[in-house]
Amino acid sequence: MSTGFRLQQGGRIDRNSEYRFNFDGQAMTGHAGDSLASALLANGIQFVARSFKYHRPRGIMSAALEEANALVTLGEGAHSLPNSVVTTEELHDGLTAHAQHCWPSLKVDFAAVNQVFASLLGAGFYYKTFMGPGRSPKNWLFYEHFIRRAAGLGKAAREPDPDQYETVNAFCDLLVIGSGPAGLEAARIAAEAGLDVILAERDFELGGALLTNTGTIDQQPAAQWLASRLGTLNKSANIRILKRTTAFGLYDGTVAGLVERRDPVKAATIPWRERFWIVRAKRIIIAAGAMERPLLFAGNDRPGIMLASAVGSYLNRWAVAPGRRIVLATTNDSAYATARDLAIAGLSVTLIDSRERVSETLHKLANNTGIDLRLGQAIRAALGGRHVRAVDIGPATGQGSITGRLACDIVAVSGGWSPTQHLLSQRGVKPSWNQTLQAFLPGRANEPIDCVGAAAGIWRSDDCARSGRAIAAAAAAALGRKAPVDDIPAPGGWETPIKPVRLASDLNLKKIFVDLQHDVTAADILQANQEGYEAPELLKRYTTLGMAADQGRTSAVPALALLSEMASRSVGEIGTTTFRPPFAPVSIGALAGAERDKHLLPIRRSPLHDVIADSGAHMLETGLWMRPWYYPQTGETVDEAYLREMRQTRDAVGLCDVSTLGKIAVQGPDAGEFLDRIYVNGFKAMKVGMARYGVMLREDGIVMDDGTSWRLSEHEYFMTTTTGNAAKVMAWLEDLLETRWPELRVSVSSVTDQWAGISVAGPRAREILPAHIGGLDFTNEAFPFMAVRTGVFNGVPCRLARISFSGELAYEVYIGASHGPALWHALRNMAKEHGGCAYGLEALGALRIEKGHVGGPELDGRTTLEDLGLGRMASTKKAFIGNILRQRPDLQRADRARLVGLVPVTKGETFKGGAILAEQGQEDGHGLGWVTSVTESPSLGHWIGLGFIQGGLDKWQGKTILAADPIRGRSTLVKIVAPHFLDPEGTRLHA
Amino acid sequence: MLRIKCPFCGERDHSEFSYGGDANIIYPDLAASMEAWIEAVYRRENPKGPHRERWQHTDGCRLWLIVERDTLTHEIASVMPANAALASLLDGQSS
Repeated sequence: MSTGFRLQQGGRIDRNSEYRFNFDGQAMTGHAGDSLASALLANGIQFVARSFKYHRPRGIMSAALEEANALVTLGEGAHSLPNSVVTTEELHDGLTAHAQHCWPSLKVDFAAVNQVFASLLGAGFYYKTFMGPGRSPKNWLFYEHFIRRAAGLGKAAREPDPDQYETVNAFCDLLVIGSGPAGLEAARIAAEAGLDVILAERDFELGGALLTNTGTIDQQPAAQWLASRLGTLNKSANIRILKRTTAFGLYDGTVAGLVERRDPVKAATIPWRERFWIVRAKRIIIAAGAMERPLLFAGNDRPGIMLASAVGSYLNRWAVAPGRRIVLATTNDSAYATARDLAIAGLSVTLIDSRERVSETLHKLANNTGIDLRLGQAIRAALGGRHVRAVDIGPATGQGSITGRLACDIVAVSGGWSPTQHLLSQRGVKPSWNQTLQAFLPGRANEPIDCVGAAAGIWRSDDCARSGRAIAAAAAAALGRKAPVDDIPAPGGWETPIKPVRLASDLNLKKIFVDLQHDVTAADILQANQEGYEAPELLKRYTTLGMAADQGRTSAVPALALLSEMASRSVGEIGTTTFRPPFAPVSIGALAGAERDKHLLPIRRSPLHDVIADSGAHMLETGLWMRPWYYPQTGETVDEAYLREMRQTRDAVGLCDVSTLGKIAVQGPDAGEFLDRIYVNGFKAMKVGMARYGVMLREDGIVMDDGTSWRLSEHEYFMTTTTGNAAKVMAWLEDLLETRWPELRVSVSSVTDQWAGISVAGPRAREILPAHIGGLDFTNEAFPFMAVRTGVFNGVPCRLARISFSGELAYEVYIGASHGPALWHALRNMAKEHGGCAYGLEALGALRIEKGHVGGPELDGRTTLEDLGLGRMASTKKAFIGNILRQRPDLQRADRARLVGLVPVTKGETFKGGAILAEQGQEDGHGLGWVTSVTESPSLGHWIGLGFIQGGLDKWQGKTILAADPIRGRSTLVKIVAPHFLDPEGTRLHA
Repeated sequence: MLRIKCPFCGERDHSEFSYGGDANIIYPDLAASMEAWIEAVYRRENPKGPHRERWQHTDGCRLWLIVERDTLTHEIASVMPANAALASLLDGQSS
């Protein structure tokens, strides 16, 4: 049934333009200035959606963001956007939209059968049927799939989002949210006082309620007033105007989150689809207006039933009549102007007012325009299928029977207005219920945030404008500027007070939809109330009222009114729920901005990255770093490659990029004392020209990190940390020096990025280094284990220390980052000549497991020095961080899980990290320990691993236990051995 | 989002900073008793209202700061370097 049509004249549309668009396969046209909703109505389309739960036909019910029914999927394929609101979508040429959540089509939707079962689907249905006592969680897991298919809204595209999004960081003195009379005046006054102002408007046109107002403001026709104000604002250098921009969240520190949508006409020239604005304002003025509330009667969800103000908007802003015979039902003055405009446009208007009497002015208005005014009446029920065709009316007191039936094609309703305070509520400011105005009015914020205009419950346009001026002047004064002082008008402004409607006792509560978007009925609320869910927060969770995408914008107050009637308590006593961000749905793409895919996190590359990657290494992301995983020769798998790299290193020589290690310059007369306090072992007494392996603890006695520190001179050490803990250790050292030990004369600087580091390991290391690094005697006597020396490569000084992680004769060489690639290139060619190679992370890890060195999997933030077998490192001659708390009795217990080595009992078998060590038959619980690191060992010819087991070697050496891996479905018998698998005496190391 | 006025860099988003714990804790001597260390490491007040906290301007000057923040309203009353000598140095410059 099509009832809407375009009027011959009027409206803020460009009739010379023609935009072609498509809804659900049907081609139509509209004009520039149309919203998708106004264009649909002009084409006679009202029924556009099926409801969430019962799949009932639903039509356009509003003209703005309060829309609860008309959700569609916009666009096609990867660009498609589900749950788009037709009333806020700007029409443009080529727009396509689809009905969603219906099958096979909007008109024939099989799931509409749910209406028949509606009595089964009441409040708490899912909880009672699928969860709760006596029902296994599997029950819900099984049914959830089917339930989610039947309910729900649109479907998101499965493809990656091809659109671009941006983030804007902005600052201003004053952020004004909303551009109705109050917002425009607030922005103008603030800008004239010299404030830097951002004015954000959700709509694609500025003006708010002025866009549909046919009355006057400040004795001028509204349209003329608006045009003159916009002229002033556009000329002001102090105002940034953001149209199509929704303020969705207010955060600490008067920071606001806004999302700006692209002008669809400029899609070809603007690269982003949406922009996320983070606005740091000194003050905020909320001029977000108010939202009209629907009325509660049976069948109040039928297509053709709309908010009265929305009908006025379609008429005045878009020159669209949604129908010809209109029944307008109201409880307040606001609908009269719309009734007058409809009548003047030549449409038949019956105005039903629930109040027994109204002011003389309103009587005259009705008489003069030929409106059929009926006082003291209310709608009891709406009739019709896919479109409303009549209403039954009766006394507004709720007493007495139906007194008449009125045929109609549009029902316009006004149940009063709710100031839009969601943003203020997000800041934890509780509103207060005003019984006279039947509205929640804003509370006072402790932060510099104010509400003006209808958002503060001020109804008349003149008063709205004045409140904007007055509050902006006060804001300017608070920021040290001068502006003309004005009185703040009081809330309200109607001649005859609003009257809340009582529900009639003969109503079918199951057909009264309170939350249109989530299909919550008056019957659900009654049931929840009877079952004891009286508090609004409980009611919300039990019935899902207000939990849909519209966040209960139009349903919250009617539900509270209903609850108040059922519980015989005032709305003020019941209170309201707290709103949380976002005020309106925000796409994840907008929030992510450019931080997606590879840009989600920064990528760190070692100075050797390019020369290594170019040589064919397989790179791996580890934390932020890109590191070589392995260096495959033709056709090699990762396993073949790393085992070969290990063999070549142990037999000849291997090179490894160690540039990612954290490097910290520790300088100053007290550097030695400082290191003595942070490491468990001593560094102050270490000679210049030597390095030492050190372990640092947290204050609670748990191991934090390990690494080496080299004494370069009396007052200078060069510290290395693990790659993963570099930033943490640096911040920790800064903390200690600045706040705890300011008396220590020590400076720490991160030099991680300044040095390229190469480890040269293997029996032939001593043969390849002298060829390129001059000025050094590499003999064991001149350059012993743990010694530090300075050499020269190509005239560039470099630092060397004889340090080994692999258990081989090894040197770490550090050179200025930009010289790293040349050194790597030279050493790698030399290594090749001597039967060596470069090795990657996989071999690095395997070499250290063979040697029994602990790494990341063992330093997991739970292990003590003793757990790691490093207890003897702790000095007894000095105090250091963590030394006291590491001696807590529980950390010293002999039955703690301690580091051990693991080998399979049957040599050919394998096992994996993460397996649980348990006695046979006791794999169910937590076991007695766990496996941390495993590798195949080419040196030993079988798999080996490190792990922790209660009691450690003392209790378990030589015994067998099960490495149980129930998730991967395998168990391996392993023998507990010492964790040093290779060369425990260190003869290779000291060679 | 909190805005923290770093005495060295000016007012910045809190995402540039990292929280470093309660500034009221006085850490004992390294060789102090176990009770003293347990008190310093584990015992924490959970105040509602003004609270002195340690923050580091990690993505800025890296200064460690003492921030006086209201845990209820998130209002920040003062920010100063944790190091007393730096605090008086910056103070001297601004006066």
